[in-house]
Order: sequence, then C-alpha cells, then structure tokens
Amino acid sequence: MDKFTTLTAVAAPMPMVNVDTDMIIPARFLKTIKRTGLGKSLFYTLRFDADGNERPDFVLNKPAYRKAEVLIAGNNFGCGSSREHAPWALQDFGIRCVIAPDFADIFYNNSFKNGILLIKLPEEQVAKLNEAAERGANATITVDLEAQEITSPDGEVIKFEVDAFKKHCLLNGLDDIGLTMQKDDKITAHEEKLKATQPWL
Amino acid sequence: MSAPKTLFDKIWEAHVVDEDDDGTCVIFIDRHLVHEVTSPQAFDGLRDNGRKVRRPDLTLAVADHNVPTSDRSQGIEDDESRIQVETLDANCAEFGLQLFGMGDIRQGICHVIGPEQGFTLPGTTLVCGDSHTATHGAFGSLAFGIGTSEVEHVLATQTMIQKKGKNMRVTVDGELPPGCTAKDMILAIIGKIGTAGGTGCVIEFAGEAVRNLSMEGRMTMCNMTIEGGARAGLIAPDEKTFQYLMGKPMAPKAGAWEQAVAYWKTLVSDEGAHYDIEVTLDAADIVPQVTWGTSPEDTVPITASVPDPATESDPNRRAKMERSLEYMDLKAGTPMQEIKIDRMFIGSCTNSRIEDLRAAAEVAKGRKVADTVDAMVVPGSGLVKEQAEAEGLDKIFIEAGFDWREPGCSMCLAMNADKLVPGERCASTSNRNFEGRQGPGGRTHLVSPAMAAAAAIAGHLIDVRDLADLANSD
Ligand code: SF4
Repeated sequence: MDKFTTLTAVAAPMPMVNVDTDMIIPARFLKTIKRTGLGKSLFYTLRFDADGNERPDFVLNKPAYRKAEVLIAGNNFGCGSSREHAPWALQDFGIRCVIAPDFADIFYNNSFKNGILLIKLPEEQVAKLNEAAERGANATITVDLEAQEITSPDGEVIKFEVDAFKKHCLLNGLDDIGLTMQKDDKITAHEEKLKATQPWL
Repeated sequence: MSAPKTLFDKIWEAHVVDEDDDGTCVIFIDRHLVHEVTSPQAFDGLRDNGRKVRRPDLTLAVADHNVPTSDRSQGIEDDESRIQVETLDANCAEFGLQLFGMGDIRQGICHVIGPEQGFTLPGTTLVCGDSHTATHGAFGSLAFGIGTSEVEHVLATQTMIQKKGKNMRVTVDGELPPGCTAKDMILAIIGKIGTAGGTGCVIEFAGEAVRNLSMEGRMTMCNMTIEGGARAGLIAPDEKTFQYLMGKPMAPKAGAWEQAVAYWKTLVSDEGAHYDIEVTLDAADIVPQVTWGTSPEDTVPITASVPDPATESDPNRRAKMERSLEYMDLKAGTPMQEIKIDRMFIGSCTNSRIEDLRAAAEVAKGRKVADTVDAMVVPGSGLVKEQAEAEGLDKIFIEAGFDWREPGCSMCLAMNADKLVPGERCASTSNRNFEGRQGPGGRTHLVSPAMAAAAAIAGHLIDVRDLADLANSD
C-alpha cells in the first residue's frame, strides 16, 4: 500500500450528497480481474456524456481541477456497494484524500486500505473548504496526517480526528494482513475454543 | 450480574480474538462467501505474498453477478464476464475452495444460497465481498459486507479488523396491513431514517411485525439494511429460524443440532439492554412503497405523488432531488400511479426467494402483462427455480407473459446481459435505484414483488391493493 504522510494539492469541490459507488464507478467497469487502470472510468457518467465526450461542466473536467488530488465532498460519500473498485478508481485517477461530513462505512474502510485518507469534518467546516476550493487551482490545501491538520488556502489550520490504527497503517504503508498474521497463536486459540463449544461450526 | 447485553453485543464478544487499547478488534469469521467480482484481486494478493487460505472449510464460492440468465449451454458470451467467472473457477481449484459452478443446481445469488444450504447459521459472523451480506442477519448471524482487501484478509487469516459499531434498534409494532410486505416495511424504514441513518451501527429489527415475518421476509428486511447505511442488520433467531434451517445440507446434523439450538436460543437481547439509537414505527401506518428518485431513501407510499424539491430547505439535498427528478424524467406533483413503465424485474438477493415468487404469481395468475411492458422473473437460485417449477409458478408466469429465466443477479446491476437501455423505466424488486444501476440511463422504481407484478400487468405503477379493480385481460 502507498504511504500517506503529507499532501499539498488542488482540492476539487463536489458538494453533492449521497454520491454512491455506482456514480464513483458504474458496475460495467467492475468486470476486471485487476485493480489498476480504473481511473479512466472514475465518475464515468458524471464525467462523460452518452457519446463518451467529456461534460465540460463536471468539476474534474474543468482545467482548474484536472490535477486535483483532494475532493471536498458531500455527506454520505461512497454509499452503496462494497466494490473496492471505487477507491481503486479514485487512486488511479490521482485522488489521495477526500474530505466530507461523513462517509459510508464500507467505502471508508476500503479507502484506507488503498492509501487514501478520508477526513470527516463538521458540515460548516466542509462548506468553508468547499468555498475555498471553488477558487480553483490557485487554492491549494495541505493535509498533514502525522499532525492531523489541514491547512486551508487562507492559512487556517483545521484539526481532524482519525482512527489510530488506520493512521499508523497509512503513515507506514502497512499491509494489515501481515500484522494480523503475527497474532496467529490467538487465532488458533480461538479456533480451539470454538471446536469445544460450537463443534457444529 | 453483568450488564444487560444486546444480541449484537453477545455475538461480537464471542468473536473477539484480540483487542487493542483504542478498541480496534481482530474478529474471528465463521463463514465466508466468495463471488467472482470482488475476489480476483484478493486471490492475486495471496499469490503475490505466498499465502494460503487459512480455512477453506469455512469458505463457499459461487458465480452470480456475471452469469447469463438465458440459455447457458453456450457459456458466457461477453469476454470480460467469462474471464471473471473462469478466474473464480481457477482460484477455487488452486486454493481448495468449494464452488457452486454455473452448471450446479445449487448455484444462485450468494445471499440466497448461503441460507438455503444452511451455511448461514445463528450466532456466527459471516462476511462476503458484497454490501448486501447484511441479508444473513435474518438468522441472527452478524454479517458484514467487505471490500476486496478485506476479502484477502479473511482468506489469509479467517479474521477481520474492525471497531465495534453502535447498537441501533428499529422496532415495528403491530400488524402489517394486507398488501404490505417486508419490502414495504424496509423501504418505509429507510425513508424515515435516510440512507445514512444507520452509519456506524448494527441495526436490530424487533417488534411484532418483524417477528411475524417469514424467514424470506426477514431476509428482505436485513438485505436492505445497507441502504440505510448500517453495517449489518440483525433479527434474533426463533422457532421459525430453527425450522427453516433444520435438515439443510450444511446445517448441524442430529446430535449437534440439539446442542446448537440450545445455544441459539440464548441469542436474544437482554431486557434493559442499551441501544444508542432507537426508532419505532407502527406497522399499521405502512402503505405499499415505491421509490421516485435515485436513492433508496427517496421512497413514498404508492398513493402519494412525486415530491417537490421546492419544499426541501437544505440546498445540497434540494440539488440532489432536482438532479434525481431530471434523471428519472419525472415532474413534481405527478401521482405515482400515473407513471408508466417499460420493464419489470422480479429478482435479486432482496426478492427472488420462493415466497417472493409465490406473491408475484398470485398477482399474475389469470392476468396478462401489458403489451407495452417487458417483464422478467429471475429466481434467486437453481433450487428456488426447481421449487417454483414444482409448484407450477413458472407456468403461471409464462401464461401471463412473463419471461421465466435462469438464476443470477441479472438486472439488479448491469454486469451481465440483462440491462435497461437508456431512458427505459423499470419497476424492480431489487435494492438500488442509483443512476445507471440497471443499465446506463435506465430508471428504476423499487417495489415489492406483488407491486412489481401488478405494475407489469397495469403498464404503470399501481397500488396492488386495488388489484381487484384491475380487469383480468382474459
Ligand atoms: S442480486 Fe444485486 S444486490 Fe444482490 S448480490 Fe447480486 S448484484 Fe448484489
């Protein structure tokens, strides 16, 4: 997994609420056995019209935001399916951080496992960042995971909360399977206990 | 005496393998369902790291999303779909996993076959790389939808890493009125709590109306818990649960059975247990539901009209409503029952079980699908199909002009050959009305199986309770 430490980048405003995983990447693009190359399908229906031409008014198609690495999103971003293709597509496109009032649970977990930092902030703060992001490529924001701080284009510093374990994995680019495998004796002990108490399993 | 516990507390505690100071837990997983869409990259990960599947005996695989629901003798025409299914076959062979292949009568939608085989059991933790895994909560199984990295984690370690969610209880008191089903109940609940209403929570469904549901109905309810944003849905197991599971191929056998049931009977929330969020509904207030927009929370009684965005004060929500109406090509104020449909789909892990097909067949019997509507019925598994045919339901559907098909996810999501063409409008028993979910540009109205069948016959959305007035076309 890619590490995430600090990031200074353009933020794209996308205040739409309930952006679902079918919007992030429609089902027909899930027919892959790889996790790469999905960036071109990111937000496919929002980005492209029926003939495959770019919709000029979609935020990531505007010149100012084509290189955005941060999304300022609306409430309940990532609701719907468990498809990890959603964070794979975001990451492949170049989005490393999404800031929103809240995220759907499965998407939240999936993103952290792919080196994408999701930040939950109160609605008013997201609205302010969204306003700042409206100023386009001249307004970059900085995200410092270690310090748990966002610096807005105006220099305002906003603190954010993040789960300690997820932060640790992200800062170090850790594969959590390896970490869990170190607990093998505990897993085995649990299996032994189950055999005795619930032999039908 | 220890503090009273919820059902969720009990199952959770019984599965904690390890807990960090910050509450991050390693949770043992008793059951793992694997399908072709979210697993290939997980198997690649195992191979890249030289890892094995820790417990092949706790893992069951099936291809469902990509399989054709028409004649299968020629295999899968679409190259990408075929490769995904073949990759699952190869991975199961390599890692020693049990697979229900496309030719197996037991093949079907993963959330239909788990319970059907008795793979899903009360008090277990169950995961699948699919958000509708919540379905299995109907059996008192703590069931989470997970992403591909987590699938890999479970394959390698038989555990997952999670912090405990919050306890939420939704109680539906009283009796459901005639014509209303579990689908109407869960749509009404989502309409009330919103699609983020259960975020971070495990929802336990309780109350008389829930207790009175069949196992199929309970599965429909738990299935859509994810549309309310919750991590899982749960219903305490009872006699109906035990009856359903008895004799199922993978359920405990005689001897172990009695021991299992004795344990399962302890899986109820204690009197006075604490819930972080409580919601109560009166079943008597529930009317058959239909969605008008592109989120499952966009639901109204069939007797209502398309809502007006002008009445929404939050600007972001208003913008979403306006966008939904534009996408759905609907005008505020239009009575829902005047909305004409082009397609009808009965199927998906929400409503493709035998009881769903019986309910739809009852409506279809002796009537005819409107000339303007193309209607398809897709059983959830080979065994559901077999049972339906034994009961003669297939004949009722075929005589009424419905297309009777092979099991799979079908038009629930547009990954296989079944999909809407742009602009088509569908009454669907599936679970998501997202933009493009049933095909790019397709428009979905979520309803119960009886409501879907009624709409196919009328040619427009209709209140199934008014069906007596619907002239039989014979
Ligand atoms: S039927 Fe639909 S919701 Fe259910 S598993 Fe298949 S695609 Fe997912």
